[in-house]
Amino acid sequence: MAHADQKLAIFRGLLRFKSNVQKIWGVLIFLSIVTTIEVVLGIIKPESLMNMVFGMKILNWIFIILTIVKAYYIAWDFMHIRDEKGSLKGSIVLPLVILIPYLAFILLVEADYIFDVMNAGFVSWNF
Amino acid sequence: MEVTATNSNEETNVWGGGNKPLNASYGKMMMWFFIVSDALTFSGFLVAYGFSRFKNIDSWPIADEVFTHFPFLHGVDAPMYYVALMTFVLIFSSVTMVLAVDAGHHMNKAKVTFYMLLTVIGGAIFVGSQAWEWKNFIKGEYGALETRGGQILQFVDGDTGKRVALEAFAANIISDRATHQSSNGIWFVGETSLPNFTVEEVKEGFAANDNLLIRGEKIDEKGHKIVLSREASLAKINDAVGVVEGANLIHNEYGNRLFADFFFFITGFHGFHVFSGVVINIIIFFNVIRGTYERRGHYEMVEKVGLYWHFVDLVWVFVFTFFYLV
Repeated sequence: MAHADQKLAIFRGLLRFKSNVQKIWGVLIFLSIVTTIEVVLGIIKPESLMNMVFGMKILNWIFIILTIVKAYYIAWDFMHIRDEKGSLKGSIVLPLVILIPYLAFILLVEADYIFDVMNAGFVSWNF
Repeated sequence: MEVTATNSNEETNVWGGGNKPLNASYGKMMMWFFIVSDALTFSGFLVAYGFSRFKNIDSWPIADEVFTHFPFLHGVDAPMYYVALMTFVLIFSSVTMVLAVDAGHHMNKAKVTFYMLLTVIGGAIFVGSQAWEWKNFIKGEYGALETRGGQILQFVDGDTGKRVALEAFAANIISDRATHQSSNGIWFVGETSLPNFTVEEVKEGFAANDNLLIRGEKIDEKGHKIVLSREASLAKINDAVGVVEGANLIHNEYGNRLFADFFFFITGFHGFHVFSGVVINIIIFFNVIRGTYERRGHYEMVEKVGLYWHFVDLVWVFVFTFFYLV
């Protein structure tokens, strides 16, 4: 059973592959490049990326965005979400996309508040 | 007659029964829903890690200084290289898995066998690497003092700014204190093995070496640990109540206690996933060899375990970012 219905283009059709196997290697190369960029940035830690934006260093934002990009290609091409029906796609991705940022937002805001409370001296921690 | 009924149903009412509205088999769909719930579990852990980190944002350990080992490079400061290697191993075993799935679509038994074998090997290398990483983490490198409030005091050379291990300067004081065995006490209460040095030995060695300084947990705005002056260090060392070497669930020499707890818990839980993935892959591998799926007429089972295996890779991508990079 050859899967004729597999979508063989990535980057919104910018890159087209002739076969599924070729696409897999293409995605591997892309993931490797992204990981290499992450590791190099993590080792050099460029001074220009150390400024704070929205409560975090620019570098950390870059790491998180690159991670999500990697996660997208793993899920879409290795786990074949790209080839699934829209309804299955939605029922897998939407709960995660809604719940995880929600949880992260709530807990991180709360943690920041606790940090402020401890920092303002209500709790002595340095003894 | 039933066939025609189903066909007309398909055209008029997708959810009316008798067809596959999501175009996925039962087993594959259940694997997906397991993955969704497991993804939420992992996000719970990682967000809890983020919570503790934001709560201690000005004193969290710096991962680059903790994970600095690389096999066969003793004493070389190699932050991140090893985890990067582990990441590549896992991504590559993900690729061999997806190649096995693809070969399964073409009913190519020899290729499925070969790629499944590579996947199993990749997973085994990853689990082994993680065990090595744990070993280094538990053993520790420099050792530190702990204060009554649970703060970690580390030692640096004031001239070079490099970390100094306890064994490099601790004095040798003869002491009768030995590890208390449960067989010696009336109440049969034992204790874990004592550290190699006592607080007194470290204190005396510290006082004797003028170039040593104490480094606390606090971070300056540049992200570096703040090093105390010599006078402040001499005052601070009197707060110490214990020597910490390496890491366990209660103490660790790297800094905040929660750091080690989360490290063991999250990487341990992920490692357990990888381990079970390897076991499942081995089972599937032998099924492929025995021709189970050849007889069944399709290799969907390979696809299902493939989903799980990619998910493990996916989680590692996030663990890698939040534990080692950010």
